[in-house]
Amino acid sequence: MLEKALKGSKNYWLLLVALLAIIGIGFATYMDQFTFGLGITGMSRDVSWGFYIAQFTFLVGVAAGGVMLVLPYYLHDFKKFGRITILGEFLAVAACSMCMLFIVADMGVPNRVGNVFLNATPNSVLLWDATVLNVYLILNIVIGWKLLEAERNNVKPAGWLKPLIYLSIPFAFGIHTVTAFLYAGLPGRGFWLTAVLAPRFLASAFAAGPSFLILLCFIVRKFTKFDPGIDAMRALMRIITYALIANVFFFLCEIFTVFYSGIPSHMDHIKYLFVGYHGHAALVPWMWTSMFLMFSAIGLLLFPKIRNNEKAMPFLCIMVFIGTWIDKGLGMMSGGFVPSPMHKYTEFIPTLKEIIISVGIYGVGFLILAVLYKIAISVKVDAE
Amino acid sequence: MKNNRRDFLKIAGVAAIGAAVKPATSAYAIGEQFVPEGQAENKSSVKKATKWGVVIDTNKLTKELMHKISKACHLEHNVPDEKNIENEDHRNPNHEIKWIWGEEFKHAFTDKTDRYLADKFEHIEIPVLCNHCVNPSCVKACPTKATFSREDGIVLMDFHRCIGCRFCMAACPFGSRSFNFKDPRPGIKKHNKKFPTRMKGVVEKCNLCAERLAVGKNPVCMEVSEGAITIGDLENETSDFRKLLKDNYTIRRKQSLGTEPSVYYIV
Repeated sequence: MLEKALKGSKNYWLLLVALLAIIGIGFATYMDQFTFGLGITGMSRDVSWGFYIAQFTFLVGVAAGGVMLVLPYYLHDFKKFGRITILGEFLAVAACSMCMLFIVADMGVPNRVGNVFLNATPNSVLLWDATVLNVYLILNIVIGWKLLEAERNNVKPAGWLKPLIYLSIPFAFGIHTVTAFLYAGLPGRGFWLTAVLAPRFLASAFAAGPSFLILLCFIVRKFTKFDPGIDAMRALMRIITYALIANVFFFLCEIFTVFYSGIPSHMDHIKYLFVGYHGHAALVPWMWTSMFLMFSAIGLLLFPKIRNNEKAMPFLCIMVFIGTWIDKGLGMMSGGFVPSPMHKYTEFIPTLKEIIISVGIYGVGFLILAVLYKIAISVKVDAE
Repeated sequence: MKNNRRDFLKIAGVAAIGAAVKPATSAYAIGEQFVPEGQAENKSSVKKATKWGVVIDTNKLTKELMHKISKACHLEHNVPDEKNIENEDHRNPNHEIKWIWGEEFKHAFTDKTDRYLADKFEHIEIPVLCNHCVNPSCVKACPTKATFSREDGIVLMDFHRCIGCRFCMAACPFGSRSFNFKDPRPGIKKHNKKFPTRMKGVVEKCNLCAERLAVGKNPVCMEVSEGAITIGDLENETSDFRKLLKDNYTIRRKQSLGTEPSVYYIV
């Protein structure tokens, strides 16, 4: 099937060349980091995880979001998703790959990455996160590829695929739960030390992942002969509505517990994010933008007329995607580290180099996505 | 890097290699520290304890003394100073590496902040360092066992195993850990050849002078502290060290988190 990726329109090749250029610039900048060290980033002694780990966390959610197609189709026999589960699986592959790259980009000594498995330490959540992510990646590659192959050959998928598909469902929940456990088990980091963190992560993932999928569906519909089906997209919109409400609900639960109990070590982080502290307020406008986007998106999504309107859908999806990205891709890290354990306010602002490297990694993800979607859509168009 | 490692292996010898492969098995395995072969083993002069602890008498502290302690430790352990870096563009106070340093009372004891704090604390800085916790959250978090608890309670780092993921820094509730955001060597003015320098990309922190205890010496901070800092065996009930704890009321940092710090402050 790989040959499908090698035959494409001029636009397809232009896209790949553009992505390769972005990756090239990102890689060159990464070499700078590789030589000098993580000092080229905005991270500091106090904010020791920054933009990379935030992107990793957000993308784990996008990867897990694909399960919102797989679960209804395989567990509830929701037929409308049948045509596009492959899009969810391949999105998971691209997102997982980006996660791994962000982890490597964040390492002080990346050439020692093998130590995580050579000296496997079961009490470290990081080992389990690396494990579930790798398994989920492999599951999605195998499942996506084999299902597509069966479709191309016009045969029934192999019987052994079913158990793997069922297994991929708890793994989708697993990757994001374990990622939340990286943070939620640390003493002295009041912002993360909450049992609602994993549920919150999942809810925001099931809003962000499907909104990105719908945007991809629009792109696919516009630029290829394959139509993912408006009914499937509308069903996804409904899922986004529920997930986004759950996300905001969990956030408000957190706000209640933190502010009604009034424990300073839990309040200070949220106060820093939303009102700032003595002039330290880099994230204040971002956080309110995120809140505005999420709340107004809920307001609009609640109306079926708006939610199901093809013209409104992409805008709603962009609102949800950006709103959840700010929440997790910006606020989640800084919120946890500011103030520091010594109660000092060192702010985090990513450097240009850090952003270029991140964009390069997103480039790799989109390249994987473009090639896999090209293969999938070619097979589907041929079959129809 | 390669040369450093080779030089180090020559001197550290079998004992330390054994420690790197299987850390925390022997009370005298000290990780990849700089102790000549044989010297760390089976000598009566080696300082031993069932559980090492530190008592800091804040009544004996002054800002000047605090500065002296910090400087002595950092010189001994080749801890870089941003001010020493020639290239101004590479200096960044946020990249600071610290093993023991002074903090205002409210920063050292964030859960004991008090509007009506005793005057004496206005004039001193509280020394903060790795607490060598009994239940260290950094050790729990480390995915490679690069940081580990030795049997005698000292929490150590294996700089050759650390992958620089900084999970330990997120896990430490005391802010005791520093990361080498860049090559530390340009920040070292006087190189102490008896202790290894680190490379960029690894985490480091106070090691309670494990390399000095192994050859019968007291930690540097204790030596220069004019009696303000004492280390000893927490489990030895008849020791002078325990007497300090019996005679004085002490507090520890963020006790409520359950990591059981081994550093006690007489206030």
